[in-house]
Amino acid sequence: MTYLYFPGCSLRSTGRAYEESLLAVCRKLEIPLHELDDWNCCGATAYVSIDETRAFTLAARNLAIADHLPQPDGSDPQILAPCNACYMVLAKTHHFMESNAEVRAHVSTALHAGGMTYTGQTRVRHPLDVFVNDFGIDRIAKKVVHPLKGFRVACYYGCQVVRPFSEFDHPVYPMTMDRLVTALGAESVDWPMKTRCCGGSLTGTIQEAGFRLNRALLKEATKRKANIILTCCPLCQHNLECYQQRINRRYGETINLPVAYFTQFMGLALGIPAKELAIQRLFKPPLSPAPAGKQEIHAHA
Amino acid sequence: MMLPVPPAMRAAAAKSPPPMKTVVRRIKFESELDLAFGERVAERAYGQKLLSCIQCGTCSATCPLSHYMDYTPRKIIAMTREGFKDEVLNSLTIWLCASCYSCQVQCPRQIHITDVMYALKREAIARGFYPAHHPIPVLARSFYERVFAQGRNTESRLLITLYLRTNPLVMLREAFLGFHLWRKGRLSLKKESIAGRKDLRKMLNAVEHGKKEEPL
Amino acid sequence: MPDTDSSHPLRIGFYICHCGHNIAGTIDVASVAHYAAALPHVSVAREYKYMCSDPGQELIQKDIRDLELNRIVVASCSPLLHEHTFRQAVEKGGLNPFFFQMVNIREDVSWVNDNPAAATVKAKDLARAAIFRVSHHRALDKKHVSIHPDALVVGAGIAGIHAALTLANAGKKVTLVEREPTIGGHMAMFDKTFPTLDCAACILTPKMSAVRNHPNIRLLSYSEVKVVGGYVGNYKVTIRRKPRYIKEELCVGCMECIEACVYKEGKTPDEFNQGLSKRKPIYIPFPQATPQVVVIDPATCIEFKSGHCKKTCVSVCDRGAVDFSQKEETIDIDVGTIILATGYATFDPKRLPYYGYGKYPNVYSSLEVERLVNASGPTAGELILRDGRHPKTVGIIHCVGSRDRNTNRWCSRTCCMYSLKLAHLLKEHTEAEVYNFYIDIRAAGKSYEEFYDKLLEENIHFVRGRVAEVTDWAARPSEEGKLVIRVEDTLIGVVRRVPVDMVVLAVGMEPSADAQDVRRMFNISCSTEGFFLERHPKLAPVDTFTDGIFIAGACQGPKDIPDSVAQAGAAAAQALTLIDTGEVELEPNTAYIAEEFCSGCKSCLGICPYTAITRDEIKGKAFINEALCKGCGTCVAACPSGAIRQHLFEDDQIFSEIDGILADDNLTTAGVER
Repeated sequence: MTYLYFPGCSLRSTGRAYEESLLAVCRKLEIPLHELDDWNCCGATAYVSIDETRAFTLAARNLAIADHLPQPDGSDPQILAPCNACYMVLAKTHHFMESNAEVRAHVSTALHAGGMTYTGQTRVRHPLDVFVNDFGIDRIAKKVVHPLKGFRVACYYGCQVVRPFSEFDHPVYPMTMDRLVTALGAESVDWPMKTRCCGGSLTGTIQEAGFRLNRALLKEATKRKANIILTCCPLCQHNLECYQQRINRRYGETINLPVAYFTQFMGLALGIPAKELAIQRLFKPPLSPAPAGKQEIHAHA
Repeated sequence: MMLPVPPAMRAAAAKSPPPMKTVVRRIKFESELDLAFGERVAERAYGQKLLSCIQCGTCSATCPLSHYMDYTPRKIIAMTREGFKDEVLNSLTIWLCASCYSCQVQCPRQIHITDVMYALKREAIARGFYPAHHPIPVLARSFYERVFAQGRNTESRLLITLYLRTNPLVMLREAFLGFHLWRKGRLSLKKESIAGRKDLRKMLNAVEHGKKEEPL
Repeated sequence: MPDTDSSHPLRIGFYICHCGHNIAGTIDVASVAHYAAALPHVSVAREYKYMCSDPGQELIQKDIRDLELNRIVVASCSPLLHEHTFRQAVEKGGLNPFFFQMVNIREDVSWVNDNPAAATVKAKDLARAAIFRVSHHRALDKKHVSIHPDALVVGAGIAGIHAALTLANAGKKVTLVEREPTIGGHMAMFDKTFPTLDCAACILTPKMSAVRNHPNIRLLSYSEVKVVGGYVGNYKVTIRRKPRYIKEELCVGCMECIEACVYKEGKTPDEFNQGLSKRKPIYIPFPQATPQVVVIDPATCIEFKSGHCKKTCVSVCDRGAVDFSQKEETIDIDVGTIILATGYATFDPKRLPYYGYGKYPNVYSSLEVERLVNASGPTAGELILRDGRHPKTVGIIHCVGSRDRNTNRWCSRTCCMYSLKLAHLLKEHTEAEVYNFYIDIRAAGKSYEEFYDKLLEENIHFVRGRVAEVTDWAARPSEEGKLVIRVEDTLIGVVRRVPVDMVVLAVGMEPSADAQDVRRMFNISCSTEGFFLERHPKLAPVDTFTDGIFIAGACQGPKDIPDSVAQAGAAAAQALTLIDTGEVELEPNTAYIAEEFCSGCKSCLGICPYTAITRDEIKGKAFINEALCKGCGTCVAACPSGAIRQHLFEDDQIFSEIDGILADDNLTTAGVER
């Protein structure tokens, strides 16, 4: 099964650490990826604020491309979308195309004008789902070289990977990442805000609202004695990581928590060198990158 | 005969006197409402059954931003149903909604509240119901234009466009962060585009909307 | 050949009803009567305003006598309504009631047609078809089946108890089967009942005692119905008695054995106390259990698990009631009527993770709280939370699992009232601040609104808003260590966070987990929601579509105790109607085997949905039990030899009706006048 990798507009920019670590982990686990040919922006939440049918068309173009990339074993193509928003938008488009005849009619007509057809075979997957359910959490556990003891992880899923089309986990109390983190030797912190929205693009538009949301998340994670937050979405990671000082200044807090991608965490446990996992791209690396060959992993106290 | 007020109480009131409130008329006459507004909104959000809302308030209770909104999601649904078009399209709510879908997942009538919010957002943007230089419509429009032209977004360029069109001073505030991101390699300036962008434009232009996109 | 009695030629009477304006407003009834009069063998054709009335019926009877009619056709409303009426009228007139055919020209024609000309033509076509058909009707006898006077009541909650007592007091012998070791059902678990705040046990135990002592009631506790066979008036039921390992006739309920058990204290979650306390393997559900007999749970008893127990229970019992060798017993009984009163299950709040049940120790379901405030509960009525604290604030969340398309769509009817009751009891026990979070307050019964008023005056906080989440995230220092309820106070119009020590979930009522299995066993239906289906929601709430089987109580739908008792009485009355009549009349439209054509191929056996067909091994032919047969016609259509026929639906009758419909006597359907 070769997954059709869909980076989305963020993964080469703010989410670069996510792409690099994801690709490194897939290489290590020998999960074949093929970047979706000439993929276009999924539209995220902005496009659908202007025009819904066009938004569906935009996303459907990617599904249509994938539909025509059959697997050698004949199975249905599967897009791997690491960004939560891309995942949700592609899954939502697929859902509407399958269940709403009017949407399907309008979008299919539009796709034809650009020379494409949609068949609906493509499934949309998230790396969390693929790693834990397809590859298998037991197999991952067996490949762990450096059990990440000492890390108390607050797993932060964000909202759109579990809502509204959560195929693989619970919409409010998911456990996929927690199980993964435990299998990697760390401790997963139980906290009630795993899927409470980080505000998405609000930190760039109505900043006060975005800050308040992130402040609540960061404070609670700290209070529960987490020493790292792991995310699975580039915007969540950006929101949680990049504004901590400003939040501290504005609200008088003392938040100082590393925020990394779960793929980076996986990579460390699997013995991939920190540089390949783009650890240095984080503002607060949870560990000091050691020279290749001798890994020393420190929990950020 | 009036009872004497204790001096301590009177002093406290003098220190922070209540604001002078003028008499404002807050009644709503049926002739001011747009009764078909709710139906048309429901149609856009793919037939969502606004009518079956029992006003339980679960949506507002679960929405992480509801306590910053002028009208909570529940009120927006009630007002939309009853035709309070101006209030709804002028509300802060539709901009604050981060589409986290918490409301939609918990609604006991399975109303797709988030999709309704998107429909209202679209209407507000299309008809100009927002203050000048409001970042969200500007962001959405810039995003839209960029993707239409190139097929993909370049985050750095999008942000610069956003700031230039709304409040250039914000760029100064964000410059520090921008610089750090760039240093960490997290802010690519390279323009992203796709090979098939002409075909993409054809597709987007070929979209027929039918009755759905007529003005509310 | 039309079946006429010997030398009498066919003499058909045709009657068309105006039904006031319902039929005559659309159909030209005079024209139809005129048309029918000209058809073959029709002796008289009349129209009348209301055929079902006394004068209308007398009209038929008079004509039968005076005109020597031997076939009757009435064109009026639906047979479901008045076929029985007219058959009786015909019989009173001296003619076999099955020489009658009814034509529906109201529901099938005048009520669905707004074109009078077309409607009249259709009425004529149908009338003609009926007249052709009735010529082929044969005289049939009504079948009577005797009703066994004994009754079975399944489930001994308040509904089952009341139904059993009613029947027993009427002199009937009742077998009362209960799955649990004690009777009393859910009501035995409650503390006080609304709106009078009567203690549930105080009003229930006299009835339980009456059941125990009634000479006409045979109580089979710790038993389950396994097989039900037979038909109305003649049910054969197999009941399985689970072994208590205690000889019921010797045990006096002194409970010394429980005291003496090698377990110093209980280790198994106590089911009656909703898991809030622990019990030993030998136990009695609660002190007033009826029968007052202990029971041993083989899953947790050391003797069963290892075979090496000191068996102190045996040695301490001076009546020798403990018997580890006791086996399951099977009892077969014959009854004429069955009442199902199997009760309900509560919604499992674990299905809604938003409320934290199972995650936060101080989130309780309402049933757990009933036990908590009860004097014979796990804490002797003191409000001690799972973490040992006494609550200073309590939040009661209404509609948990109910009124929600994601879980159960319906309103569970009782939760508002019991939430009010719990609010009162909790306030009384603890002086805590109590909040009720609701969507609507449903207080529709007698004195219920008064109860709500009383609660308001007790300064209970009523917040209209459905709670979205219970969380332990503290947004303010004042919320530390508490469970925070986030809700929109829709009446005041603001989002609120209310920190509480204890959360009570008002869980809804839903069908028992095995409702589908039970209904299959008794051959009744369930509604889409899963509750047992009544014959008519308004006019026949305790009958089912299976004759002789009645339903009562919460198994038919969520309801409170007064309604359950009322339904139990109603079901008992319906059962008594059957029993005291002594026999029941069956529709003769049953299938029958023309044995000379039956090859014994057994094709029909498996397809009968009512298991009415068996194979007579001696004759080598199929046999249809007329009492079970409902006349659905499946076997008639399936028999490859055409050996199965059906009374009232014989081939010649059906074909003649078809001929009647299709007869081409220049009638068109385009409204051209005939």
